[in-house]
Amino acid sequence: MPPRTLTGTRIRARRSDLGLKQGALAVKVGISPSYLNLIEHNRRRIGGKLLVDIARALSIEPVALSEGAEAALIDALREAAGEEDGEGWTPASRAAAEIERLEEFAGRFPGWAALLAETHGRLREAERSVEALSDRLSHDPHLSASLHEMLSSVTSIRSTATILAETPDIDREWRDRFHRNINDDSARLAESAEGLVHYLDNSGGDQAGNAGTPQEDLEAWLAGRGYHLEEGEGPKASEEAALATMRGALKGAAAVEMGESLVRRYVREAEALPAEALLAAAQKEGFHPGRLAARFGLGVDLVFRRLAALPRDRLPGEIGLVACDGSGTLTFRKPIAGFPMPRYGAACALWPLYTALVRPGLPVATRVEMAGRAPRRFSAYAISLAQGAPAFGEPQVYEATMLLLDEGFTPEEAQTGALALGTSCRICPREGCAARREPSIVGG
Amino acid sequence: MGKRVLLVEDEPNIIEAIRFILSRDGWRVDTHSDGASALAAVARHRPDVMILDVMLPNKSGFDILRELRAGPETKLLPVLVLTAKGQGKDRELAEQFGANRFMTKPFSNDEVLSCVRELGGAA
Repeated sequence: MPPRTLTGTRIRARRSDLGLKQGALAVKVGISPSYLNLIEHNRRRIGGKLLVDIARALSIEPVALSEGAEAALIDALREAAGEEDGEGWTPASRAAAEIERLEEFAGRFPGWAALLAETHGRLREAERSVEALSDRLSHDPHLSASLHEMLSSVTSIRSTATILAETPDIDREWRDRFHRNINDDSARLAESAEGLVHYLDNSGGDQAGNAGTPQEDLEAWLAGRGYHLEEGEGPKASEEAALATMRGALKGAAAVEMGESLVRRYVREAEALPAEALLAAAQKEGFHPGRLAARFGLGVDLVFRRLAALPRDRLPGEIGLVACDGSGTLTFRKPIAGFPMPRYGAACALWPLYTALVRPGLPVATRVEMAGRAPRRFSAYAISLAQGAPAFGEPQVYEATMLLLDEGFTPEEAQTGALALGTSCRICPREGCAARREPSIVGG
Repeated sequence: MGKRVLLVEDEPNIIEAIRFILSRDGWRVDTHSDGASALAAVARHRPDVMILDVMLPNKSGFDILRELRAGPETKLLPVLVLTAKGQGKDRELAEQFGANRFMTKPFSNDEVLSCVRELGGAA
C-alpha cells in the first residue's frame, strides 16, 4: 500500500526552512533520529501526541502538517505515473527516482501537481469516451444499419449521376430510369439522415430519461436515483408510490413496462431484506454476499440486488451489479468505476457472470482485474438461477447476476491474485487471451 | 458474346448502375441478390469475374468467398469485393478469404470498370 500522506514531507520541508537539524528535532520531541527520518520520508504514519509535539517544535499548527485533500492529489499523481504508454513503458520505469519524490513535488508545486492530476483525469475521461463511442460504432445495430443504408443510397446516387453526366448519348429510356432512381435514392437518403440525426439527438444519455433504448432510459433513471428507490424502502414503503415516480420519469411505453417489473421486484425484495437490517449486518459481519444470504436465509441473487441498492454514502466503497439472460445479453447494468460494461454487443467471456451462467445454481466468487491503463481489482460474486417455477414441456429461463465490490470493501485483498479480464474483445488490450472473439482496436 | 460478370448485390439501383456501366463496355452482366443463388449460378456457368457485396441477406459476401475458394472449379475465380464496410479489418478479412481486389462504396464508375477489365484479362 503506497503512502497516502504528505505529512512527512511537510515536516521535512518545515524543518529545513527553519534550519533545524533532523537530530535536533528528534531530541526535542523525544524520538530517535532514525525514526524521524522514517516519518519524514512518509514511511511511518504519524498522528496524535507526536504530531502535536513536532508541530509545536516547528512553531506550526498540527493541522498544517496533517494529511488532507492532498492525499487524493497524491493518489491521482501516483495513478498518472503508474500508467503505461503504448510501448509498455511507464513514466515510473523511465524515472523511478522521480516517483520517489512525488510527495515532494506535490508539496513544493501544489498548483502544477493539481494541474497534472486534473489533466490526467481529463485524459482518462476522454479515453473512456473514445472507448464507449468505438464500442457503440462497432456494435450498435441501429447505428450500423443506418450508416449502411446511407452509404448504399450515396453509392447509388453517385454512380447514377456520373452515368448521366458522362454519357451524353444515353437513350431516353435509361435516362428516365436513372432520373427516377436518383429521385428515389435521394428521398431514401434524406429519410435515413433524418432518422439518424433523431436517433443521435436522443441517445446522449441525458438526465431526463431520454437515453435511447428502453433499457438505457430505465438505467438512466435508476442512475439518477443512485439505484436506491426511497419510496420502496422502510416501513412507509409503497409500491404504488415507487411505480408512480417511475412512470412520471420515463417516457416510452417499453421503458415503463420494464420499469414496472423492476420496481415491483425492488419493493418486494426491500420488504424481505430492509436496507437498515442489511447495513447493520454487513457493517458487523462484512459485505460477503454469501454470508449475508445465509444470515438472513435469503437467495444470493436477492442479496446482490439489495447490496447494490444501498445508498453510496453509507458504504466503504462502490458496488456494481450486472445481469444477463441465457443468451449472455446484458439486461441490467449498475456501473462501477474501473469496470466498464459494454452497452452493445457481448461482454468479455471471462466474466464470472458467464462462468455462473453455464453452471446454474452454483455460486462463483473470485477476484478479478479489469484490463485498462490503470487496472483495478474487484471482488466478483455471481450466480445463475432459473426464473419461475419449472414446468414440463415449457422452456426454462435463466438469469445470471454478478455483484462487484471495489477495493474499498477488501483493501487487504488488493494485492492477491486476480483473474485478468476485460470489457469486450474489441476494446481489450490483453494479448493471447483464449476467449478472444475478434481483434482489438487498442494496443497492448 | 462478351465476357461474363456475375454481380452479387442486393441494392437494385446499384445493380442497375453497374449493369449499365459494364454492359456498355461489352460485358454480359448476370445479377443475384443472395449468396445461395449466386453460388448455384457459378456452379452452372462459371463467370469470368465476380463482383461481390459483403452485407447480403442470409449469407455474407465473405461466406460466399470462402466457399468459392474451397471449390476446385472456383478457387481461382477473379473476385472484386465491393462493400460499404470500409474498415481496415474488413479489407484484411477480404484478403484473408482470397479476394483479388477490394473496393469500398461509394465507388468511382471508372475504377470499377477498370478493375473488372483487369480481373477479366481485358485491360
